[in-house]
Amino acid sequence: MKNILPILTVLLVIVAVWYAAAIKMNAPWTYAQAERAGTEVTFSEVVRDTLAQERPVLPAPHQVAQELWDTTVMKKVTSKRSLVFHGWVTLSATMLGFAIGTTAGILLAIGITHNRAMELGVMPWAIASQTIPILAIAPMIIVVLNSMGISGLIPKSIIAAYLSFFPVAVGMVKGLRAPDAMQLDLMRTYSASDAQTFWKLRLPSSMPYLFASLKVGVAASLVGTIVAELPSGATRGLGARLLSGSYYGQTIQIWSALFAAALLAASLVIIVGVIEKITLRRMGMAV
Amino acid sequence: MKKPVIDASGVNLTFQTKDAPVHALKDVNLQIDKGDFVSFIGPSGCGKTTLLRCIAALETPTGGSLTVNGLSPDEARKARSYGYVFQAAGLYPWRTIEKNIKLPLEIMGYPKAEMDERVKRVLDLVDLSGFGKKFPWQLSGGMQQRASIARALAFDADILLMDEPFGALDEIVRDKLNEELLKLWDRTGKTICFVTHSIPEAVYLSTKIVVMSPRPGRITDVIESPLPRERPLEIRDTPEFIEIAHRVREGLREGHNA
Repeated sequence: MKNILPILTVLLVIVAVWYAAAIKMNAPWTYAQAERAGTEVTFSEVVRDTLAQERPVLPAPHQVAQELWDTTVMKKVTSKRSLVFHGWVTLSATMLGFAIGTTAGILLAIGITHNRAMELGVMPWAIASQTIPILAIAPMIIVVLNSMGISGLIPKSIIAAYLSFFPVAVGMVKGLRAPDAMQLDLMRTYSASDAQTFWKLRLPSSMPYLFASLKVGVAASLVGTIVAELPSGATRGLGARLLSGSYYGQTIQIWSALFAAALLAASLVIIVGVIEKITLRRMGMAV
Repeated sequence: MKKPVIDASGVNLTFQTKDAPVHALKDVNLQIDKGDFVSFIGPSGCGKTTLLRCIAALETPTGGSLTVNGLSPDEARKARSYGYVFQAAGLYPWRTIEKNIKLPLEIMGYPKAEMDERVKRVLDLVDLSGFGKKFPWQLSGGMQQRASIARALAFDADILLMDEPFGALDEIVRDKLNEELLKLWDRTGKTICFVTHSIPEAVYLSTKIVVMSPRPGRITDVIESPLPRERPLEIRDTPEFIEIAHRVREGLREGHNA
């Protein structure tokens, strides 16, 4: 509990800066309105107005909080205006993509650690794949898959997987190579097969590395899904919510969708962290 | 005449490195009989560990002949002829002591009931009964090393290869483990090859001391110890012990000056 004070201080500073920025950035519109009406506005009137505009340049924190409350608790989850509904659409694609990406990443890492040709032949492509901006490649994947009659969840998941396989692969390659020469020699003195060395030594050794990269991977999956929801003309999902908000100048909607996405990402990373703790404790590797 | 358990004649090993080839072992001739306790002693770089690794088929000699139980080292390894104890205990942190000892048994496909029985027996042998359910980090360094010896004893290899197993332990723990190792050797009748750079340790433990020297790694002296099998720690103060230690030291010095 000793940490609560610094945490609250930081939070307070952020909120204060945010309010100040909101006043400053929304003020021109208030002055313009007043000028058009031919009236003078006092500073307190400016403050009151800038924090309550319908389409502010920067919505105030309480406006975003209000919107979040209205679109989660106050709406039925089946409603198209419910963030829970949109969040679920995004989450399901994220989870499927994360599952695909993690599986692909682990398989790739196993291939790379056991086959030199694969390391030299596949690794450069895996690296290259991550240097292409996802924003550029996402529409193409969606268009191509759409022409093949695949739409909805799958294309988004594939883009999520595209972003999440890489950290998992890199982490697992490192993890599977974590056993030192002595531990590998020990397996050789038992004439252990490659499969036995993998299951009994390499895989357990890689667990801490796997979880570290899963945390990166799950967040990347969410980013991938949201990006995939932007260009698809989708009407569902947090990405679609962001896009429609920007179409109609609904800044409050954009910000609340952003916060929903951030909260979702944080929860996912925390869940992976909890699973990590439980697993490593079961394995006897965490005190 | 009975056949030696380990027979090396004219063994050479040259490592090809980037700058120049390194002559790690040169014309090594050595016979080790069943039940011997052989120490390899010498400064670092003398090839003592390399020789042990050749016996274990972890390195392959580039010349000469080397047999273990009359087989090639590779075949001997596949026949589970030896257990190997490394410098560090190298226990898997995710396995309990019991499960660590089961590791070679699992790999070698022992039935479950027999595994449990063997684990119990070797834990007894190294005086670790009751610690089977503990994780390695809950044990001291000396206890971890004992567990790693138990792991090497769990299957029926009649040769025990030990590469400076007590090198990282303090003197008091080391004395105790040396004493226990001798008892264990006496009880099991195994052939033990033991790499060390401690003269008292080598003299105290061995029936045969192999003195080695570096550049190139070679054997400079083989001393058959006249000490009795039964050795209390106090034997280290007897004139016989001191005389052997002296001869080992002379051998090491000679090798160094040559």
